[in-house]
Amino acid sequence: MKVTILQFPGTNCEYDTQHAFESLGATTEILWHKADTVPADTDLLVVAGGFSYGDYLRSGAIAKFSPVMKAVKVYADKGGKVLGICNGFQVLTEAGLLPGALKRNEHLHFLSKHHNLKVVNNDNVFLEKLACGNIVNVPIAHHDGNYYIDEAGLKELYANNQVLLQYCDKDGNISNPNGSVDAIAGVCNKEKTVFGLMPHPERAMETLLGSNDGVKMLQGFLSA
Amino acid sequence: MKAIVNVSLKAGVLDSQGKAVHHALHSLHFDDVSDVRVGKQIVLKLNTTDKEKAMADVTKMCEELLANTVIEDYEIELLS
Repeated sequence: MKVTILQFPGTNCEYDTQHAFESLGATTEILWHKADTVPADTDLLVVAGGFSYGDYLRSGAIAKFSPVMKAVKVYADKGGKVLGICNGFQVLTEAGLLPGALKRNEHLHFLSKHHNLKVVNNDNVFLEKLACGNIVNVPIAHHDGNYYIDEAGLKELYANNQVLLQYCDKDGNISNPNGSVDAIAGVCNKEKTVFGLMPHPERAMETLLGSNDGVKMLQGFLSA
Repeated sequence: MKAIVNVSLKAGVLDSQGKAVHHALHSLHFDDVSDVRVGKQIVLKLNTTDKEKAMADVTKMCEELLANTVIEDYEIELLS
């Protein structure tokens, strides 16, 4: 299992992501954004979190024009698996690889805390180790995590089981930290090959550090 | 030629910043304010005098980069 992790100027979660996947037994490679191809042995490409290009203009807006993104599109179009975490999710929506957009948090604050998430659909490689309705505790750390999609788009997401996770409380009741439409925390494309979420599963790998619920999430990719 | 691009959230997309500014204006007793929308302005200096070409180019810039048309509208004004 080979995980390739994208690095833009301003990315800051690439080493956490690398550590997380290596602790699960994957081999990893960090790929600088100037690369014009995705390594051929890549099984999963991760767009890691951070602040690519300082979030200038809009989060993820400038990263989508990095040379490597053309290669990412080619890779994704061929069915290659892609996971965008936090800023990576923003980059993937800006690049049109995932539907919707991420707006400024409703109450305008940067949020940095653990949050509970409810699994909405698990008929995909990412969440197949979890059951629908399972609750995972994963850190969030974002300013622009307010997921928006129009009504027609939302219907399509539900119709195709593309909603992955919703923000909730410890009992599974919807609890929306940032104003996202239907408290959506993560989505995937129709083909269930491109995944994006605002929370950071790579920061939930050790009980000692608050939660290891990220293990079950990331492990899904390893068994594929 | 100069192009002024105004980008704002689409009508119907909640503008949290606008709402916060609205509240702040009310607390300053500007009671006549009934709505506030916050956007951004991008000013471009262009090396052309061809208005048609400038409009076509700036429209393309908006579609590709300056605005995210999933959530934002844009307006272009050209000044010679």
